[in-house]
Amino acid sequence: MSETKKTYWKGLPQLKNDPNYVKHADKEFVDLGVAEDPGHSRRDFLRMMGFSVAAASLAACEAPIRKAIPYVMKPVDADAGIPNYYASSYVNGGDYCSIVVKVRDGRPIKVEGNSLSSVTLGGTSAQVEASVLSLYDNYRLRGPQKGESKTDWETIDKEIIAKLEQIAGKGGAIRIVSNTILSPSTLNTIEKFKTKYPTTELIQYDPISSYGILKANEESFGVAVIPSYDFSKAKTIVSIGADFLGTWVSPIEFTKQYATTREVSEDKREMSRHYQFESNLSLTGANADYRGMIKPSQEGLVVTQLYNIVSGKGGKVSFSEDVDKKLEKAAAELLENKGSSLVVAGSNDKAVQTVVNAINDLLGNYGTTINLASPVNFRKGNDEKMATFVNEAKDGKVAGVIFYNCNPVYDHPAGAELAASLKNIALTVSTSYTPNETASASAYMAPDHHYLESWNDFEPKPNSYSLSQPAITPIFKTRQAQESFAVWSGGGTDDYFSVVQANWKNWFYDNKKDIGSDFQSFWDKCLYDGVYQATASESKSLSFAGNIESAVSSISSNYKPSNDGVELVIYESYGVGSGSQANNPLLQELPDPITKAVWDHYATISQKDATKWGISNDAEGNTQLVTIAANGKSITVAALVQPGQTEGTVGVALGYGRTKVGVVAENRGENVYPIVNVLNGSLNYSATSRVTVTKTAKDFQIAQTQIHQTYMGRESVIQESTLAEFKTNPAAGRDFPKITKWDEKVDASTISMWKGHQYPNHHWGMAIDLNTCTGCGACVVACNVENNVSLVGKDEVIRRREMHWLRIDRYYSSPEGTEHGDYKGLEKAAENPEVTFQPMLCQHCNNASCETVCPVAATTHSTEGLNQMTYNRCIGTRYCANNCPYKVRRFNWFKYHDNQQFYQSNPAMNTDLGRMVLNPEVTVRSRGVMEKCSFCVQRIQAGKLTAKRERRPVKDGEVVTACQASCSSGAILFGDMNDPESRLSKLLKIDHYIEKKNEKGEVEKVFNHGIDKKIGNPRAYRVLEDIGVKPNIFYLTKIRNKDKAKEPA
Amino acid sequence: MQVSSSIRESLVTGGKSVRDVSEDISRQVEGKPTNLWWMAFGISVVLLLYGAYCFWILLWNGVGVWGLNKTVGWAWDITNFVWWVGIGHAGTLISAILLLFRQRWRMSINRAAEAMTIFAVICAASFPLAHMGRLWIGPVWSLPLPNAFGSLWVNFNSPLLWDVFAISTYFSVSLVFWYMGLVPDFAIIRDRAVRMGNKTRALIYNALSFGWAGGAKTWMRYESVALILAGLSTPLVLSVHTIVSMDFATSVIPGWHTTIFPPYFVAGAIFSGFAMVLTLLLITRKVFHLEDYITIYHVELMNIIIIVTGSIVGIAYITEFFIAWYGQVPAEQYAFINRATGPYWWAYWSMMTCNVISPQLFWFKKIRTNLVSTFVLSIIVNIGMWFERFVIIVTSLHRDYVPSSWSMFHPTMYDIGQYIFTFGLFFTAFLLFAKFFPVINMVEIKSIIKATSEKKH
Repeated sequence: MSETKKTYWKGLPQLKNDPNYVKHADKEFVDLGVAEDPGHSRRDFLRMMGFSVAAASLAACEAPIRKAIPYVMKPVDADAGIPNYYASSYVNGGDYCSIVVKVRDGRPIKVEGNSLSSVTLGGTSAQVEASVLSLYDNYRLRGPQKGESKTDWETIDKEIIAKLEQIAGKGGAIRIVSNTILSPSTLNTIEKFKTKYPTTELIQYDPISSYGILKANEESFGVAVIPSYDFSKAKTIVSIGADFLGTWVSPIEFTKQYATTREVSEDKREMSRHYQFESNLSLTGANADYRGMIKPSQEGLVVTQLYNIVSGKGGKVSFSEDVDKKLEKAAAELLENKGSSLVVAGSNDKAVQTVVNAINDLLGNYGTTINLASPVNFRKGNDEKMATFVNEAKDGKVAGVIFYNCNPVYDHPAGAELAASLKNIALTVSTSYTPNETASASAYMAPDHHYLESWNDFEPKPNSYSLSQPAITPIFKTRQAQESFAVWSGGGTDDYFSVVQANWKNWFYDNKKDIGSDFQSFWDKCLYDGVYQATASESKSLSFAGNIESAVSSISSNYKPSNDGVELVIYESYGVGSGSQANNPLLQELPDPITKAVWDHYATISQKDATKWGISNDAEGNTQLVTIAANGKSITVAALVQPGQTEGTVGVALGYGRTKVGVVAENRGENVYPIVNVLNGSLNYSATSRVTVTKTAKDFQIAQTQIHQTYMGRESVIQESTLAEFKTNPAAGRDFPKITKWDEKVDASTISMWKGHQYPNHHWGMAIDLNTCTGCGACVVACNVENNVSLVGKDEVIRRREMHWLRIDRYYSSPEGTEHGDYKGLEKAAENPEVTFQPMLCQHCNNASCETVCPVAATTHSTEGLNQMTYNRCIGTRYCANNCPYKVRRFNWFKYHDNQQFYQSNPAMNTDLGRMVLNPEVTVRSRGVMEKCSFCVQRIQAGKLTAKRERRPVKDGEVVTACQASCSSGAILFGDMNDPESRLSKLLKIDHYIEKKNEKGEVEKVFNHGIDKKIGNPRAYRVLEDIGVKPNIFYLTKIRNKDKAKEPA
Repeated sequence: MQVSSSIRESLVTGGKSVRDVSEDISRQVEGKPTNLWWMAFGISVVLLLYGAYCFWILLWNGVGVWGLNKTVGWAWDITNFVWWVGIGHAGTLISAILLLFRQRWRMSINRAAEAMTIFAVICAASFPLAHMGRLWIGPVWSLPLPNAFGSLWVNFNSPLLWDVFAISTYFSVSLVFWYMGLVPDFAIIRDRAVRMGNKTRALIYNALSFGWAGGAKTWMRYESVALILAGLSTPLVLSVHTIVSMDFATSVIPGWHTTIFPPYFVAGAIFSGFAMVLTLLLITRKVFHLEDYITIYHVELMNIIIIVTGSIVGIAYITEFFIAWYGQVPAEQYAFINRATGPYWWAYWSMMTCNVISPQLFWFKKIRTNLVSTFVLSIIVNIGMWFERFVIIVTSLHRDYVPSSWSMFHPTMYDIGQYIFTFGLFFTAFLLFAKFFPVINMVEIKSIIKATSEKKH
């Protein structure tokens, strides 16, 4: 082999004699720099593992640190653990309520009614009660946004101002779209905005429109207002489709007034008589004495028929025999009670409302039950202007639009078109504090504060003013919308507080020096009270000048006495309302007062239609989806068979089908607003022709909290009678159970194997008036908020595990004299049932069956008559719940707090933000323990402590349970039965003294501290008196104002 | 006058000698397990593991994995509890009451019946534990233990607390009684192991028999202890299920609140217990070839007890209806009408068919002396007794006083899983017992074996 001169090289490094190469030239396998042996020995491994295990176990031992930082400078009036109360106002869309906010350690945790308000009279509604949780909604906007990207106020302001100026420069139209604005200062701010940008116009609309009433009154009286109604003065109430106790105009106020006419006692054996003609079984219809079932297509004719009878004109139309009879009767009674009657209609058709005005005018109700001089300002939305705006937007005539706390993309029938046209508008801004469909369709989101973070003023009725004050520092980087308007109109950066204050000084103080010594004390007083009543100016009397002929002819062309087709009725949901609070699980899990359904959207249908359409709806809510097509739109929701639903009609609620709002409400049900159409210029919440209902093959289960509908004729549960009977016998309807001994029959309550208790101090008790309870459910929400009651979500409700401590049992019964047959017959609700609502909560039995069976004595009796639950002692055998005859005990089947499984349904216990709403005075219950109503023992304790500190006995009315506080109708009364002066003692007419023989054998009257108090009120009964558990809650019999006396049994 | 009675047939057939007894019964302890045993054991362990998984999920997530609700707070859990406790009763009845009444036929069956009692009570006890919301503290807090919480004490009014005492007493007495009987038999196995030179087995069984030497004095003491324990167990047969029935009888729920429950539950317990003994013994007899020890005569006697107790239970069902009508309490009347015609009518009629109608077939001698029909009927009776408890618990709760709260109960896979868990546990334990312990009391059986000279040839 000859030597070769050639050089063979392995790679470029060798050729170049790279130093790195030379270094490793002797190694066949070159180390490429990755250390193969990192130098970890077995010892290292053990060391590291040892450390990790030790560290992990140490870390596991330590409880997580929760920082509690004391104040360096304690604010005045802020004491840890002592709640403060601030008067404020709740306003949402067209709803208004004057409130008192309970603030603990800087956090609003509860909202209650403000009794100083002349408008809402201290009442609240479920939505008002629930609104405090919306403050801590995890899905709230946390700051300004440009589209989906977060930005800051400076940027957004600069851009918006630039665009506004550009638009104004070109003379382009600017629109501020809003729901009814009640706030004079806000209107003032908007006026200033208008001065800067003169092409601006304010468009007010309401998701639930009352525009028809406005227009009718404009035509009838020359003023476009909704008058104040006073139900308390009405002896005969006729409502044609107006759900005035539930959703119509001012339900809180109406409930208050209505309740006063429904109270009866031995001394007052009179009550109002209430006729309701409607298609759906509404909350109001459920409270009516006589209820006629009509179709929406008949609504107008029913009103004209009533007019004809009242006015003595002919031209009768005939509906069903039942409705005809009831109309005649109603008309006769209206005429009997001229000046103390009231006719209202829910229709938004101005023709119908004009005829209603004519009836009320004929009856002389103006000036007595109807007050045109003090109109309601809540619902001033103008449907026509809104429709014009949508058209302008579509045609590209609008250059800039600001949506002030409203959501027309969702809650206006033309929402979809509006959303599409927004893309072509140069400037679109939304001030909503939560994400919503309109905000998403707008270019800028400039989120307002939640109302509990805001300053504001309101004028719900002329001369009745109220203030809104922040109960918490803004949680997020939001900004008061009025400040935004001010900034955008170059009006400086004054905070809105000083604006409101200056306005009030200007309006109410400067002109009227007689108000007070100085403005500050006037202002402080207004702020403290939350309301300010200005002196009313003279009002000129108005006379009816409506064109009744044209109204009647309009009605006869739009309505017909009979219609074979299906008709659709669209109503506002009792829970989520118009949908703006849909992301509030308190409202989603609030059982609908009538259907008792939660978390679901459904169509109510009559049993006859269900049979006709082949829909099977069993007791457990298993049903099928139906597709409902009307007005060119269609929705698919579950069908729910509803007693009291007029045959041939289908009821669907608004407020569902939100798409951008947060995980609680999103994609729950369908949006029904697009189906709403226009009739006589205003929105019409029904569809009477070309409605089709098609059953789909899909099954669905609706979650209901009550799946048995009747009370099975059990008089131990519901005791009711008629006013006719009551007039002669105040104990009418009462059931006096007897126990048979070997020789005689004795009262069930006289036999007991227990010795009973002695309550030397207080003896807490409650009375619930079944006659004034309207079943609205505000107390349920109030109880949930006050007592940190877990919300469990739809699936758990289907498993019948809702946690509500207080529920409202809704029972259907057939009108008297109906033959039921056997037990199976009793289970079926009547086609047009009578309805009874019964709030049911822990009865705090004196001989409690739960107390004896607990193996560990976790539930015991207090010295004040409370049945108390010691969560920490409970081992969860559930024997107490089984043995509870009222089934009010609730078990923690799972851990409902800090559990991702319940993130959606129970954010108050599963998000850091939500937890701020929890009441620190009430334990959050853990998994595996039983819970139930405590009679708000924390409030009793607080009341006793205050009294003790002030060295005096607890005053009556000082301790108020959450349910009582929320009850607009005053049906719930809590108090001390040992206090002869308490309202409860007086209502129940308790005789506190018993006769006893002393040592000398003389008969002496001794104060009765025992459990068996002599109850003198003939209406008061204990539920299930026959089993001898002796509750501390008394129910007052339900009295219906009906003619015929109850058949003797 | 002279009375002459016929000679009784021997209780053990096949002309067994005393040696044969030891041989036949110790055989399966000493030999390798059969394939059949392995198969059964395998299935049992699988059931046990699946059940344990369900139990684990229950413990991890909460009682909510079951189908219970606000209205029906107990369902399968307490149904199964009462069912298993009831089954246990036959064992005690056989070993205690029949011992006192000198019923010698019990000797072939008492061992297995007592083992069944022990395992059934363990299975039963697992339900009150599993159904507790807070299992981690419940078992301790339900005991009257001195504590540092002031005067914190258990509630002696609560029937659940009575249950704690009743079940724990029952379990401990039954366990001691059973084990005591095993001691001389363990000694036999040990002696045989010594003879066979199997040192390990000798060591184990010696320890198990506490070094039993069989001295006359030891036997004397053994006999006295047996009698004392029998005396102690006798009231337990009646008391345990009486107390279990008081869980319901002392409540206010219509359908529960019934004074008839104690005797009715005891009869039901013996009824289901005997059925379960039959189910188990008929299999054991076949698998271990014990036909000569557990004869048709035994089976027939047990079937007669089933007719008697089944009829008592039937009368109790009818009495409940009569009292509901006679008492004129509307809620009570509805509760019973609802049982028979309400949404759970099928459970009620399953119960009536299985418990009242089907045992009446045993009036026919052909049926009660036939192994196949006995086996089938014994299972039917146990199904019926399960339904009885289900009917009492669930149909009473689901529609009680306030109609707004009426609801239905739907079991989940975890309700079923928990039941499967106890089946797995029971059969695993029983199969281990059958393999490692003598399934028939050798010592007692030997006392009724006739001497070779007495045998007929």
